[in-house]
Amino acid sequence: MFRILMLWLFVFSPTIFGENDQLIGLNIAKEADLRDSGWVDMSVELVMTLRNTKGETNVREMRLKSKEIFNDGDKTLMVFDTPHDVKGTGLLTYTHLVEEDDQWLYLPALKRVKRIASKNKSGPFVGSEFAYEDLSSQEVTKYTYKYLRDEIINGIECFVTERYPVDQYSGYTRQVTWIDKDHYRLQKVEYYDRKNKHLKTLTFKTYRLYENRFWRAGSMTMTNHLSKKSTELKWNGYTFNRGINDQDFGKNALKRIR
Amino acid sequence: MNAELGSDFRFFRKASWTQEKTFFPSLSFQFEYHYSWNDGQDLFDFVPYFRYDYEDSERNLIDIRELSWIHVGNSWEFRAGVRKIFWGVAESSHLVDIVNQVDFLESLDGEEKLGQMMFNFSLTREWGILDFFVLPGFRERNFSGANGRPSYFGLIDGDLAEFESGARNHRADFAFRWSHYIGDFDIALSHFSGTSREPRLMLRKNSDENPWTKQQRFFPFYDVIDQTGIDAQYIIGDWAWKLETITRSGQEERFWAAVFGFEKTFVGVLDSRSDIGILMEYLYDSRGANSPNLFEDDLAIGMRYSLNNPQDLTALVLGVYDVENREYFLNLEASTRLGSKWKLILEVSIFRSRERNGILDQDQIPWYMRSPSDSELFLFEDEDFVRLQFMRYL
Repeated sequence: MFRILMLWLFVFSPTIFGENDQLIGLNIAKEADLRDSGWVDMSVELVMTLRNTKGETNVREMRLKSKEIFNDGDKTLMVFDTPHDVKGTGLLTYTHLVEEDDQWLYLPALKRVKRIASKNKSGPFVGSEFAYEDLSSQEVTKYTYKYLRDEIINGIECFVTERYPVDQYSGYTRQVTWIDKDHYRLQKVEYYDRKNKHLKTLTFKTYRLYENRFWRAGSMTMTNHLSKKSTELKWNGYTFNRGINDQDFGKNALKRIR
Repeated sequence: MNAELGSDFRFFRKASWTQEKTFFPSLSFQFEYHYSWNDGQDLFDFVPYFRYDYEDSERNLIDIRELSWIHVGNSWEFRAGVRKIFWGVAESSHLVDIVNQVDFLESLDGEEKLGQMMFNFSLTREWGILDFFVLPGFRERNFSGANGRPSYFGLIDGDLAEFESGARNHRADFAFRWSHYIGDFDIALSHFSGTSREPRLMLRKNSDENPWTKQQRFFPFYDVIDQTGIDAQYIIGDWAWKLETITRSGQEERFWAAVFGFEKTFVGVLDSRSDIGILMEYLYDSRGANSPNLFEDDLAIGMRYSLNNPQDLTALVLGVYDVENREYFLNLEASTRLGSKWKLILEVSIFRSRERNGILDQDQIPWYMRSPSDSELFLFEDEDFVRLQFMRYL
């Protein structure tokens, strides 16, 4: 009860604890994480559309399964359905709270499981405007925080918080996040590269409530301000808490994805 | 269900000592059918593969790459049927990878393989994954015909194959593998006991035959071997350190071989989207010059490039340099998607043996007088080629 009271004080009374912007920022992140925990496991389909400046598009279809791990980061298995030449390729990620994530790639043509150096996470994900790190599980401990201000965007009242990646191999110096006050959902993220230049902006649209508890955006668009290219992710068919077995996230499971 | 149709064009730089032709077109077709039931606890796979070569009938192939059933239990799996398995971590050589026969007629890199009949029980535990294999039925290596290229393979008559085992190619072989990871360290220990996938090449003894004609041929001899292997990889930052080592008995004296090296990746080089990976591997084989493979004291240096564009353009250049003989071969492999249903693969291979470097005048000494111990690459002397593959996904 005391903790909730403290949280309430920090989050809603920024004027009282003005010098504690870091603590407020952290508590907003913790509250968002708390509200989005307890889903146990999740599966979803996604369509990724890459758009260049000429308006040409490239589409990738994927399936994703995730499992919450007690006292650790989530485990995620992503499988590609298209383009056809990468069909059946799998990416298994064990997110960790503090240490580096573990990541394995399965190449179906060779039947080869390849460990990936997760330090290479700042690179583009399958040619898109998303980096690997943008798509990995956003654990609270992956960043330090600083609350900036309140702001209304698209008619929604938001906390504006800056977060700084703890990992020295991140491609970013900082990210500015807009989290709505009603449900603690990300509305927008601005990414600043290592030279502190505003590189990309991610926007979230069509949030829907699942299982009466979990908000998920139906569409996420990453716009690159330097290349003017963008990538949209459309999420479909969310299911939660279906009792996905832990062994579906092992290396043997990676080898039997189809 | 999905399928891919491949057209494959190989252009050799010049005629070889047995084959005037330099252009080798072929077609391939692979079809995949997967079915799962029982809530994903049972899976069925069927992957037939067909290859037609316009010039070399020995390269024609109807193969079942996969025909298998997998049953998933609680932290165990049972897999039965014709399957493909990959073991190992290195790029320039695949020492520990021993379960399947290699299809060198498809690719010289050893990554294309024939399906192998197997019963495989796999156990997942806290301390790693333990796999047991029973491998009934042996698949012989395919060699190209007299019309095929590389011409070297045409000297080997697969029909005359001999086996150490009394059961010939019906001996049931065994293997096991334990693999585990601790943090950034992956390790695996494997053992194989059975008929060697890699034959020794023997000269056919035939007193009637004139040794001065080029009709002299080799036959593959498949020994029964025991091979123990370790493969390990350690990731430190953006460095991946790799080791594969084996020891094998059964082919004359026991020997050991190893490949050790690293791959370092530079993400977003020069503020671009591209990644560049530098890799270096050292290859050793204690048999030295008697080793049937080309790598016995060699250095492999390579570069991997990914443009990270929507068409997924990637390239890998790998050069293997024989330290002692000062020979090398260079291989470039690049691929890109064209639209969403086409893929273009370009491969260039260049072989430079010691003769070409001026130590021997290759035209003065007939090929069959040269001792293989002088040069490992002389058999590939005239086999520089460019290969273009167009894959169409149906």
